[in-house]
Amino acid sequence: MDFEDTAHEAAYREAAKSWLARNAPAWSAPHGGDESEAEMMQRARGWQRAKAEAGYVGITWPREVGGQGGLAIEQVIFEQEEAAYRVFTIPFQVGMGMCLPTVYTHAAPPIAERFVGPALRGEEIWCQLFSEPGAGSDLAGVRTRAMPSGDKWIVNGQKVWTSYANHSDFGLVLLRTDVTVPKHKGMTMFYLDMRSPGLEVRPIRSMTGHADFNEVFFTDVRIPDSQRLGAVGGGWKVALTTLMHERLAIGRAPDAPSTDELIRLAHAIPEGAGSALDDGAVREAIARFYINDAGLDFLRMRAQSAISNGRAPGPEASIGKLVMAKTRQDIGAFAMDLLECGAIEQSKASRLTAFHYHYMFSAGLRIAGGTDEVLRNIIAERVLGLPADRRIDRDVPFNSLE
Amino acid sequence: MNFDFSPEQQALRDQVRRLFADGRVRARKLVESDQRHDAALWAQLVELGGTAAAIPEAQGGIGLGVLELCVIAEEAGRSLAPIPFMSSAVYASEAVKLAGGAVADTTLACLAEGAVEGTVAFAETDGSWDARPVARVQDGLLYGVKDAVTDPGAGLAVVSARAAADGEGFGWWLVDLTSAGVEREVIASVDVVRRYARLHFAGVPARRLGMPGAGADMTARLMDVAAIVTAFEQIGGAEAQLARCVDYAKTRKAFGGPIGVFQGVKHRLADIYVKTELARGHALYGAWALSTDAPELAIAAAGARIAATEAFSFAAEEAIEMHGGIGFTWEDDCHLYYRRARVLALELGSRRRWAGRLVAALAANVLPETEVAHGL
Repeated sequence: MDFEDTAHEAAYREAAKSWLARNAPAWSAPHGGDESEAEMMQRARGWQRAKAEAGYVGITWPREVGGQGGLAIEQVIFEQEEAAYRVFTIPFQVGMGMCLPTVYTHAAPPIAERFVGPALRGEEIWCQLFSEPGAGSDLAGVRTRAMPSGDKWIVNGQKVWTSYANHSDFGLVLLRTDVTVPKHKGMTMFYLDMRSPGLEVRPIRSMTGHADFNEVFFTDVRIPDSQRLGAVGGGWKVALTTLMHERLAIGRAPDAPSTDELIRLAHAIPEGAGSALDDGAVREAIARFYINDAGLDFLRMRAQSAISNGRAPGPEASIGKLVMAKTRQDIGAFAMDLLECGAIEQSKASRLTAFHYHYMFSAGLRIAGGTDEVLRNIIAERVLGLPADRRIDRDVPFNSLE
Repeated sequence: MNFDFSPEQQALRDQVRRLFADGRVRARKLVESDQRHDAALWAQLVELGGTAAAIPEAQGGIGLGVLELCVIAEEAGRSLAPIPFMSSAVYASEAVKLAGGAVADTTLACLAEGAVEGTVAFAETDGSWDARPVARVQDGLLYGVKDAVTDPGAGLAVVSARAAADGEGFGWWLVDLTSAGVEREVIASVDVVRRYARLHFAGVPARRLGMPGAGADMTARLMDVAAIVTAFEQIGGAEAQLARCVDYAKTRKAFGGPIGVFQGVKHRLADIYVKTELARGHALYGAWALSTDAPELAIAAAGARIAATEAFSFAAEEAIEMHGGIGFTWEDDCHLYYRRARVLALELGSRRRWAGRLVAALAANVLPETEVAHGL
């Protein structure tokens, strides 16, 4: 048992580290200074281009589509080293992690060739248009309708929770193409130009106060049939491959306060002759959070071991987001409890700022990429092999559903 | 990165799993008998090298390591195999290894070849392994009472006691339990498979193990070792109960189908899985820390202890709930795991105690300039 890199991994890590040291500082967030959104986006694009030129984007993608044809462990190593810098990568995560792999898997080679390069180099941003007001956990309930019209489809309806739709050039969209068949069989996947006439993007202000998402309205938007990915009626199958990537991508730990910060906080609160850290209830809570936090680190290390040995990560990798989101929420609440009424004030620069923020943000994180309930179903059905829920809508034509 | 057992260790696991295949049947037989353990199964494990695995070759062992103990412990926990593996091959053997010296060499050879079984006798009235004992040694003779001694049928025990040379501290002593003056008062324990006793020592010859006054340090270290190996035993038990629940949820029919379609059942099982996988990560980290003598040992041991205790307790409790009335019967095996989960949660100290150890160890890293009290 060891945590050592293989010789190849160590060499790759060394090269990545040295490249990052030379290049990442120029694209890192300025300390202390407030940045405009435009400046942040510019920084994200510049960093993406620099990485693409050095071969650090699409590391595991096939060479035929413009990737590096590298090992999954190389991707893991690069991301570990990149995490040491305050670079901004989020706008490209949906495209790199989900949309482009779907495009190059399901589109004809010339189309893949048209889109992969610009996305790799940060010239084009992609978003994913799946969820709708009436289709969240039950994604197969999408209603946004595409009607055939010659060699085009005419689309009407609404998508929601679309990150970076307002900055995106292209989107991957799941549409209802047939309402006379059961719901899983009547959907089709397309890509579309986010500047298509009839498309309107409106930001949604989330409970954190920031515009984290968008809603996207379709009014007679025309999508050429040549932008279809997979068969007509085959959209669900295409979506499943996309979502598999999402759950892995979202399982990563966000930059949130850990039990170490909680220990510092508790230690700074006088209680009796010592601090709150001497309190048995405080220790019990910290122990509980540590078990989950460090437990997730160990899960990632197990996954990395599997990847390093050329295997797929085991099913235990599926519990990451479920544990992480709720633990963030509990840590946030507990940190506030420690400061009693002092935690009511939500200031921008206090020892509680990060705890306040993550208490709010984690409420959304528990829903994004699968609610706690959906994830428990996935563990029970796919990992433990329990029978699927009874679904009364499974064999009913979509237009006959309640 | 190889954060898992090696292929050789996995092969050992398969072998031990086959050996323990009917462990629960044997455990049931033992409950109704007056035997102290399943001697035939124990002999087979000795034959396989289970008692010699972690003892160095120079001291009569095979010279593998503590990782092999972890693998065997997990299978023992899974099957409830009624053998004194934990008390003899883990507690006693690791204690003697830790103490070292000439006495240790001859003793380890006996433990390795299975000529004798060992155990440890630490707890007194306050129930903890690491408190300064009342038991005392005078002129080479041990006097005192030790509580909740596991597998008391053993031939020798490592006992904590104090003598004049220990000053304000205490030491360890090796005692032949077949000596005159040893009384084994078997107690009715929560676990009906594993035997426990109160040992009375009325002037029993005792040989010192380790240095005078080193008892507290050696016990703290042994508790870390034992917590990590026990975590694997607990994970084995939790996984066994999870597997039984999943089988039951697939086959038990109610309201027109298997009960496993209901989310109330599914989500409970998913929660058992989550806790067990988190515990496995902590236990592996502990095993790594042990096998490399890493400075992270204290944190890793406390993490493994708390996570595995939580996982096994939860799995054992929910398993009875999941099985309904049948799970509450004496005939069903649910209560054997339920009982085992509880005594394992107690044997090395409660969750409350280990949460204190964990936070003290974490705080020592986060706040290096500050002394954080260890106790409750």
